[in-house]
Amino acid sequence: MSFEAQLAQYLASGLVVGGVYALIGLGFVIVYRVTRIINFAQGEFVMLGALLMVTGRHLGLPTAAAFVLAVAVVAVVGALLERVGVHPIRRAEATAALIVTIGASIAIRGTALAVWGTDPYALDAFSPGPPLRVLGASVVRQGFWVLAVAALVFAGLWVFFTRTYAGSAVTACAVNPRGARLMGIRVERMWLLAFALSGGLGAAAGAVIAPITYATYDMGLMLGLKGFVAAVLGGLVSPVGAIAGGFLLGLLESLSAGLLSSGYKDAVAFVVLILLLLAQVAGWTPWRVAEET
Amino acid sequence: MSAGRRVILLVAAAVLVAGIGGLVRSSYVLGILIFIALNAIAAFGLSLVMGFAGQVSLGQAAFYAIGAYVSGVLTASYGWNGWAALAVAVLAGGVTALLIGFPIFRLSGLLLAMATLGFGIIVYYVLVNWSGVTGGPSGLTGIPPLSLGAFRFDTDARMLWLSWGCLLLLLGLGGNLVDSRIGRALRAVRGSESAAAAAGIDTARLKLGVFALAGASTALAGSLYAHYLAFINPSPFGFAFSVELVVMVVLGGAGSLWGGLLGAAAVVLLVEALRSALPLLSLSHGAAEYEIVVFGLLLMAVMILAPGGLTAPGRRVA
Amino acid sequence: MRIVGRMIVAVTLALWTLTWGAVPGGAQEPYKIGAIFSITGPGSSLGIPERDTALMLEAEVNAKGGVKGPDGKLHPVKLVIYDDASDETKAVLTAKKLIDEDRVTAIVGTTLSGTSLAILDTVQKAEVPLVSCAAAIKIVEPAAERKWIFKTPQSDQLIVGVLVDHLKARGLTRVAWLNVDYAFGQLGWIEFEKAAQKAGLTIVANEKFGQKDVDMTPQLTRVKAASPQATVIWSIPPSASIATKNYADLGVAGPLFQSHGVGNKRYVELAGPASNGVLFPAGKLLVAEQLADTDPQKPVLLAYARDFEAKYGPRNTFGGHAWDAIQLVLRAMEKAGPDRAKVRSAIEGTRNFVGITGVFDFSVTDHNGLDRRAVTMTQIVEGQWRQAK
Repeated sequence: MSFEAQLAQYLASGLVVGGVYALIGLGFVIVYRVTRIINFAQGEFVMLGALLMVTGRHLGLPTAAAFVLAVAVVAVVGALLERVGVHPIRRAEATAALIVTIGASIAIRGTALAVWGTDPYALDAFSPGPPLRVLGASVVRQGFWVLAVAALVFAGLWVFFTRTYAGSAVTACAVNPRGARLMGIRVERMWLLAFALSGGLGAAAGAVIAPITYATYDMGLMLGLKGFVAAVLGGLVSPVGAIAGGFLLGLLESLSAGLLSSGYKDAVAFVVLILLLLAQVAGWTPWRVAEET
Repeated sequence: MSAGRRVILLVAAAVLVAGIGGLVRSSYVLGILIFIALNAIAAFGLSLVMGFAGQVSLGQAAFYAIGAYVSGVLTASYGWNGWAALAVAVLAGGVTALLIGFPIFRLSGLLLAMATLGFGIIVYYVLVNWSGVTGGPSGLTGIPPLSLGAFRFDTDARMLWLSWGCLLLLLGLGGNLVDSRIGRALRAVRGSESAAAAAGIDTARLKLGVFALAGASTALAGSLYAHYLAFINPSPFGFAFSVELVVMVVLGGAGSLWGGLLGAAAVVLLVEALRSALPLLSLSHGAAEYEIVVFGLLLMAVMILAPGGLTAPGRRVA
Repeated sequence: MRIVGRMIVAVTLALWTLTWGAVPGGAQEPYKIGAIFSITGPGSSLGIPERDTALMLEAEVNAKGGVKGPDGKLHPVKLVIYDDASDETKAVLTAKKLIDEDRVTAIVGTTLSGTSLAILDTVQKAEVPLVSCAAAIKIVEPAAERKWIFKTPQSDQLIVGVLVDHLKARGLTRVAWLNVDYAFGQLGWIEFEKAAQKAGLTIVANEKFGQKDVDMTPQLTRVKAASPQATVIWSIPPSASIATKNYADLGVAGPLFQSHGVGNKRYVELAGPASNGVLFPAGKLLVAEQLADTDPQKPVLLAYARDFEAKYGPRNTFGGHAWDAIQLVLRAMEKAGPDRAKVRSAIEGTRNFVGITGVFDFSVTDHNGLDRRAVTMTQIVEGQWRQAK
């Protein structure tokens, strides 16, 4: 296999995986911007999306319907988490909410184990067929679906945040909650919306990646962590930063596994990310990390 | 809490622990108490970091690992004296914390959390891959117990005394620290960092110092853990344990001297209580799966009802 | 003051909860066996079939009234099963609970090597026999330091040996190797490196991947570039299945070999058509129906497969390890009653026990008791298992 083909393979894998991390990272950003809370259960939203997708297909639903159902159900779960767990302690320190989301993630994972069991579930790709060859790399069709869904989601969110009233309201809450309240925006409603949105986002990520990675009750942990890393690259407040961070992480992982030692690949990705963060803070990069006050 | 009252509490605890070690025969009860102490020692420094320096460390398990592996490798593979190895382990924890804290404590809270997270993961990967020294994923067996002359700390009762002895000592020293000038400076930083800085306190140095203390205390716990189990492998030292430590600190109440102990006790006891209680509801098949659901729900409930943690349940932010 | 008050409450509550499970030490009638499995956590796909097998066996034995002890009386069997959540600390606590609170005669488990190694000290100090369901050979070696410890799964050395012989016999001397980066994978690699060197095989590539990784194409791309004649992947599902699909999608040449960790229907279901032709060394349970009628294991295997599949689902070699472990303890208690030391000696003295994993012959120096008969090369053909030559 020629080196160009190998490189193309690494890039292709990295982009597909990066797309998933970007979606998950967005979920973290949306919640954090509005509520200043790190939602530890984000990874479990991904897991639920994947498993619900599996169940939907088992029940005979067509792919699109199962996808919509999974996203809708998990959005409700996100909203529920906000109402029951986050809203009551909205005036306490953020670390309290963090622990609540940790508790929620544990409970959700246990429930998934009880309902779906420990075995992984396979899911058919959204469109059948053998992998496609791109510049010497072999890319499974589902990989294109991942990138397509990611692109659609990013576009949809952009429209939402910039063109709709609700989206602008969410942004206003993120930038200046007191000001937003004075303008008549119900901040509590925005919190609910943020959590529901991130639930939906996580579910979309899980549903679209499941044909490649299978759905397991404990897939949320690692994916959530990687998505978090992606989000932090945008300072946890920049959606564009999260997207860039997701793809960067995916590419770094893939390239270090391919070009360096596969044993250290996660560690390498982290080291580079930390160095990048330090560089950002030191002002050595052309872009600034968006900082919270 | 006044210094006098604290001393009385510590002495009473010491007497209680001595008695339990001598009288209780069940290794299960002793084991629970030992793990509570180990977790409390590990969480002790983190509580100070989170409560006073206001930073979250998401990689504290790495220091636990450093303590365990330095002690384990030096004693099992190189035949070092247990106490010398322990001293090196604790020092290694503190120094490592200083080294990584120095550049990253200048970062904001968020980036610091990320950096500690990254550090934790890197350490984990080194443990797994540097198999020549660490034994890789299958770990190191045959770690000898600590001993004072002919007296070996190789029974549950003796480890109980050793671990609780260390914990109570740490709490006592911590209490002195809290009452001292440094303690007042820490409280000033917690109140308002900019005001403290304006008053002439070197806040960066202070926070770094607390972080180093946390690294050292968690390493101490790790070292004791290695000698207790006589076996270590990388799997207890991953991200999940870092999260567990944060949970213990917040549950117990960050910034309180006793917070780490309360949080550690709450978590360990809750898991074991669920283990005893749930099978009684004869959920024959899926008992273990439900245990973790209930654990998660209870964790949420406790935090919602007492957001400041068990030591300061009503504490709110402005 | 409030803190002190709260602490008094906490301590009282703590002491009270610790009295739970304290058995009044009476009831000698039932024979109590303890079991620690990883029912939750990363080991759950192994631990759950083990737990299910244990429950099944307990019900089966008690339906007949129990076990006949050396006193000639029938004793019902009480299995106390705990979950260690794949965690070393919890394994230690559950072991202590079984030993001091539940007062079991012997302990079966744990599921994973790490947790078994973690409880060695506890179990040996308390002088309670342990029959582990975990793979690492370190669990029972060095034999002189493992007086109370036994294990039922085949050792990696045994399994890898059969694989290497097969590779050599087929002339596949340029081999690529990938393993999952936790204990199971690493131990496989250690044995393979040794055995391959002895057999004169060349390892052209050596890669690793994480248990939770979702894509192994980078590693497999490097493998492909090294042009191996055969590739070995040492892992369990789901990562084993993902790697298998990646292997097929990349179009890497040569037969694909896997570990005994893929000896379950899930692997086949997940990897789909990519699993066709995959070969792996495993216990005979998966090909029970194809064995010669003269094979002493055949009737035992068929009976277990039939019973397990009726109640729980597709058969699973890990469940078989638990079956063997509990049977060994039951047979020992038939001979020796509920005395821990006597049961240990009885287990050690077990000869020619026809189990699911193999035919066991224990001795003072061998607490694993298996030989090459316990492993057979198996091939997946159109989703079914076939014994390979």
